Amino acid sequence: MKIVKIIAIILLVAFVGIQFIPTTRNQSDTVPSTDFMLVNNVPETIQKKLQVSCYDCHSNNTQYPWYNKIQPVAWFLEDHIKEGKAELNFNEWDSLSSRRKASKLRSIIKQIENGEMPLDSYTLIHSEATFTEAEAEELINFITQLKDSL
Amino acid sequence: MSKLKSTLGIVAIAFITLTVMSCKDNNKEQNSTDGDHSEMNHDNSDGHHDGEKKEMAMNGDSNAQAVLNDYFNLKNALVGDDNGKAKELGATLATSLRNFDAAQYTDTQQSELKDIVEDAVEHAEHISESDIAHQREHFKVLSKDVIDMVAITGAEMKLYEQFCPMYDGGTAWLSTKEEVRNPYYGSQMLKCGKVQREIN
Repeated sequence: MKIVKIIAIILLVAFVGIQFIPTTRNQSDTVPSTDFMLVNNVPETIQKKLQVSCYDCHSNNTQYPWYNKIQPVAWFLEDHIKEGKAELNFNEWDSLSSRRKASKLRSIIKQIENGEMPLDSYTLIHSEATFTEAEAEELINFITQLKDSL
Repeated sequence: MSKLKSTLGIVAIAFITLTVMSCKDNNKEQNSTDGDHSEMNHDNSDGHHDGEKKEMAMNGDSNAQAVLNDYFNLKNALVGDDNGKAKELGATLATSLRNFDAAQYTDTQQSELKDIVEDAVEHAEHISESDIAHQREHFKVLSKDVIDMVAITGAEMKLYEQFCPMYDGGTAWLSTKEEVRNPYYGSQMLKCGKVQREIN
């Protein structure tokens, strides 16, 4: 019994302790002129879908959930966002060469087709980010067109 | 007893905090080395001897040859359906691509090579960490990058550009041998494809 109590106290103290470790937040007021939506003629439904399903981790501006400041959640989010932006940042779309754009578009298509993106850990909380079959098809058609027009 | 508790508590916080901090630091370090690598690639000296450069390109360059050799090793791993080996070789190829030095080429060639290399590094990195189906998807685009690179750098040996009409709407790759060994299907359809172009 005593050992359980000690462990509980340790965990509690650790939990409180880690709250003091700072994390970087991914937020920006401006949308750069290189943004995917600004340089491409993206239909409104697809714009909305991209914003809701992709932009949290693939742009410079995350709509954080209310629990985002609680550790260790904040680290988890920070890591995902960092990784997501390194892979693809929609805000910086137009700074990519045609070759890189084609590569990225191809990856987007594959990942949506295979249901790899959005991540399960993301859709678990953001159920609205999930793609219905029709939405996936619409996006894939649009992205394919864009890729062929490069 | 309560003294023991609080001591334990403090030790635990210190331990966890330090562990977590050190993990984060490691991440950062890794990132900054990655950054250095890409900067090295960007560091192209501006060219002067254009004529000389073109001549060198015709003869093939050893830099590009290192990339090609790693590409062929990777291709062979995929032909052999060897996911683990392809992972290793993907990482090797990413390294030789990062070390690729385009300084001997003209400015336009340099910027195109830089673009090719940047794209290829990303695909090679993905190959180093995915399952075999993904590796093959990335190998398709990687092959296009390498074919475009060879168009500029040339190659020391005879190469065959081969083509499989079945994989993802038709897909090409390079081989040093004329006989077809398909890296996109491996043992499933080893000989599917044809030689569509000979280089050198």
